[in-house]
Amino acid sequence: MSLVDESFELKELQVLEGHADRVWSVAWKPATGFDGVPAVLASCSGDKTVRVWEQSPSSGSFQCKAVLEETHTRTVRSCAWSPSGKLLATASFDATTAVWEHVGDDYECVSTLEGHENEVKSISWNASGSLLATCGRDKSVWIWEVLPGNEFECVSVLQGHTQDVKMVQWHPNMDILFSCSYDNTIKVWAEDGDDDWHCVQTLAEANNGHTSTVWALSFNATGDKMATCSDDLTLKIWGSDLLTIQSGNGSAPWKHICTLSGYHDRTIFSVHWSREGIIASGAADDAIRLFAEDGDGLVDEPKYHLLLKKDKAHDMDVNSVQWSSAGNRLLASASDDGTIKIWELISLAGDQKPPL
Amino acid sequence: MTLGLINANPVVHAKKKRVARPLDDPHADDAVDPLEIYDYVRDIRDPEHPYSLEQLSVLSEESITVDEKLGRILITFTPTIQHCSMATVIGLCLREKLKDCFPAHFKVDIKVAPGSHADEEAVNKQLNDKERVAAALENPNLRQLVTECLYSSEL
Repeated sequence: MSLVDESFELKELQVLEGHADRVWSVAWKPATGFDGVPAVLASCSGDKTVRVWEQSPSSGSFQCKAVLEETHTRTVRSCAWSPSGKLLATASFDATTAVWEHVGDDYECVSTLEGHENEVKSISWNASGSLLATCGRDKSVWIWEVLPGNEFECVSVLQGHTQDVKMVQWHPNMDILFSCSYDNTIKVWAEDGDDDWHCVQTLAEANNGHTSTVWALSFNATGDKMATCSDDLTLKIWGSDLLTIQSGNGSAPWKHICTLSGYHDRTIFSVHWSREGIIASGAADDAIRLFAEDGDGLVDEPKYHLLLKKDKAHDMDVNSVQWSSAGNRLLASASDDGTIKIWELISLAGDQKPPL
Repeated sequence: MTLGLINANPVVHAKKKRVARPLDDPHADDAVDPLEIYDYVRDIRDPEHPYSLEQLSVLSEESITVDEKLGRILITFTPTIQHCSMATVIGLCLREKLKDCFPAHFKVDIKVAPGSHADEEAVNKQLNDKERVAAALENPNLRQLVTECLYSSEL
């Protein structure tokens, strides 16, 4: 049964309190949340700390297991686990990126990446964990190579965006890097061999692109579609040819597929595509929205529809939404209200309709 | 090199008479009153001149509009000159002054009055990018300037 035929409810499981300021981002630790391995989540905040939360196997509730503090001297803006889950990278307004390793019961900062001129806003690990990308208000995107012994070496500083870069995200399968910016564009960066990285495509207003700051981007599971969200109040879906991407030909062009407008009336800060194909958005109107592709849309012109809207998901702006990759339909959200919420997507059987 | 003020001779207006509001107003807590908000911000000192934003006509009672139903507050201010480089600082001062003044779910938008600034669109974009605002307020120099504007006593 396709998603479009089902009715859903987003059930609030828990509210995680502890941060003393707004929570900017959350990140689920890979390979946790199934097969008896308790789910783990990292969150980062304007209170300059990072918290690690773990789900108790017996009660199912999340508890704060660690507070990573006294390292960043300003807001920690985003956090990302390495694909193996061994390392956690954190990006801060203090212009550094810290890399943490789980040592015993605690987390130790094993490396600090410096170079950005001012606030670092996002970090992303590539699929194999061999590369790390960072970006920030200095308009640049940095690519770092992960070397043995927790050493990191900068292999490229990418200029091209004309304003603050809000987020970087590696393609889920290929070493192709995507960035989105206050300059309203999305840029695609690929390597020519030998650490020669350059911008292979720019998705701008003229390409059916956004007309204001692009805050986030997210790929579907197969990596042939991408969702972007913006201050222009729209979500956009882009697509590329999967075979061309996988052939290693860096210039597999991305094309605009669809714009979801009229659903949001305040800035959309976060978008995340689940492995099942549900797109979650977090916005400045305190709501979380879920979208899915119509079962009977055309292959070339797919349609997306609103699955559900969770009004007042938080008391203030929703800054980040992240699906767990564990197949447990858990969604984490972070807000200006200082909390993280854990939600479960529940299928309503038969004639049950969710309350409006 | 002499660094002069960008706008060395601003026009200064007399302060408007203040209306005393009854303390026992039964609806005092419910509504978000634009005039109450105005009271909070009218005395913010201009970053460059020893006068309040009200005295320089940067703000007036009409600057504040509130949509109770949607939970939105719009503040429109008029920089003293078209190329005012302090517009973003004024925006920071407004946000900082108001941050605890109304229910958490209220959204505040700050804009320059249409036609009042040469880079209107660019300034408005920066004034309303909350990540940029948050980072700016963590900058010690900007923070100090904002603190001076908010807390210096009137001259």
